[in-house]
Amino acid sequence: MKDGAESMLNRRSFIRTVTGGIALATTGWIGRARADLPQGTLESALRDSLPGKQPLIKRSFRPPNYESPVDVFNDVITPNDRFFVRWHLSNIPRIDAGSWRLAVGGDGAERAVELTLEQLKRDFEPVELVAVCQCAGNRRGLSDPHVPGVEWGSGAMGNARWKGVRLKDILARAELKKEAVEIAFSGSDRGPLDATPAFAKSIPAWKALDDNTVVAYEMNGAPLPHWNGFPARIVVPGWAATYWMKQVSSIRALSQPLASFWMNTAYRIPKGKFPIIDRFTSQESDTSTPITEILVNSLITNIADGARFPAGQPMAVQGVAWDGGYGIGDVEVSIDEGRSWQSAVLGENYGRYSFRTWEYRFSPQSARRMTVMARASNVRGTSQPSELIFNAPGYHNNVVQRIAVDIV
Amino acid sequence: MIGAGIATSANGGEMPVKLAPGEHAALVQSRCSTCHSLDYIVMNSIFLSRTAWEGEVRKMVKIMGAPVPDSEVASIVDYLAQNYGAK
Repeated sequence: MKDGAESMLNRRSFIRTVTGGIALATTGWIGRARADLPQGTLESALRDSLPGKQPLIKRSFRPPNYESPVDVFNDVITPNDRFFVRWHLSNIPRIDAGSWRLAVGGDGAERAVELTLEQLKRDFEPVELVAVCQCAGNRRGLSDPHVPGVEWGSGAMGNARWKGVRLKDILARAELKKEAVEIAFSGSDRGPLDATPAFAKSIPAWKALDDNTVVAYEMNGAPLPHWNGFPARIVVPGWAATYWMKQVSSIRALSQPLASFWMNTAYRIPKGKFPIIDRFTSQESDTSTPITEILVNSLITNIADGARFPAGQPMAVQGVAWDGGYGIGDVEVSIDEGRSWQSAVLGENYGRYSFRTWEYRFSPQSARRMTVMARASNVRGTSQPSELIFNAPGYHNNVVQRIAVDIV
Repeated sequence: MIGAGIATSANGGEMPVKLAPGEHAALVQSRCSTCHSLDYIVMNSIFLSRTAWEGEVRKMVKIMGAPVPDSEVASIVDYLAQNYGAK
């Protein structure tokens, strides 16, 4: 980002006022909020700091839903204090590490076990991996037509090093039964009304036993921030963050599929519409299935809509790419409205669940308005679609991104 | 104060969200700020039809347990459709 733009951004980030959306929309300073976010979304957005966090883009105060500005993703690892925040329910307790207990059991386990944080750290082999945590509704605000919900831009995601215990090791301690079909998680947040269903999720037993599914107590070498689930959360690499239960308080092995609004109604996608491999078959209906793996996607991180570049000078388009854990195969860039594509250079590989950086260098010769497009493909050959796969809940927005720049 | 819609929150730092003045604004502010800040309403504008706003309000009552009697649902939907709905 150019110097003038950055200092303007810093000034604004310390101004906690709700300003008219029009100026912000055209200059794009609010995390590159594009004109295609809903007008009301632009008007209600502002930069705000939750305790312990740098200024993020506030979508809602209560419960807090805050996303990272796109420039955060110029670093492949998202720092804890700039990591997005997403909650469903507004009574979020501050958990004391010493008194926290993780209850493990359920009718799909032989034993009921209670673990402290100390035991988690001391009595189990620690594992660490890098994985993207992405809200199922990331980019919902860019849906066309617009759909109701939290109107995220592109920043409801983050890439971190997660350290913790394999969920399979914890389930072994509780002696998981063969007939367990799902593993259910409960957190600690609640709505103000008793009638509001507590947030609960389950994953298939086979996914819970995957070596990469973890109960994490560290994020980027530090305890989890309160807003990202202190003292421990579930980490399901490759799958949407809805399963990544924060402030996890209980893990239950179930012999029957979990019956919950949060499984049976929410977080579902139409069957047969998306190129997914992993399916949550115990929760499928005739028409819908729970969201599972993240679809291949990319984001341009170093250029904002409307940026200007001098003709005849070298420039770089940079970004990140990710998918549901098969691995990025290629990222292609087009500067001629998709008529031709050139491969970007991929950066260091931090593992198949991590962001993969990429860069495309070229020298635009003639002065013109230029559309820059980025398209990622994974090693299975699945690519981002050129048309949005529309769905009413606004999930799986991985359409090829377009940015307009001026060559002058 | 009309338009304030403030509720206390453990998160700290919640700023009042000013809703558009209009018939039933006070009712909407009162009923809808129990569980969440009112920026949820502003954020979801101005693209929802009356039917879509009604769907959202009914979801709050039926699924989230909002104690809003049927008689008030119509007024709330009227306000949202008129002030935050697609024209």
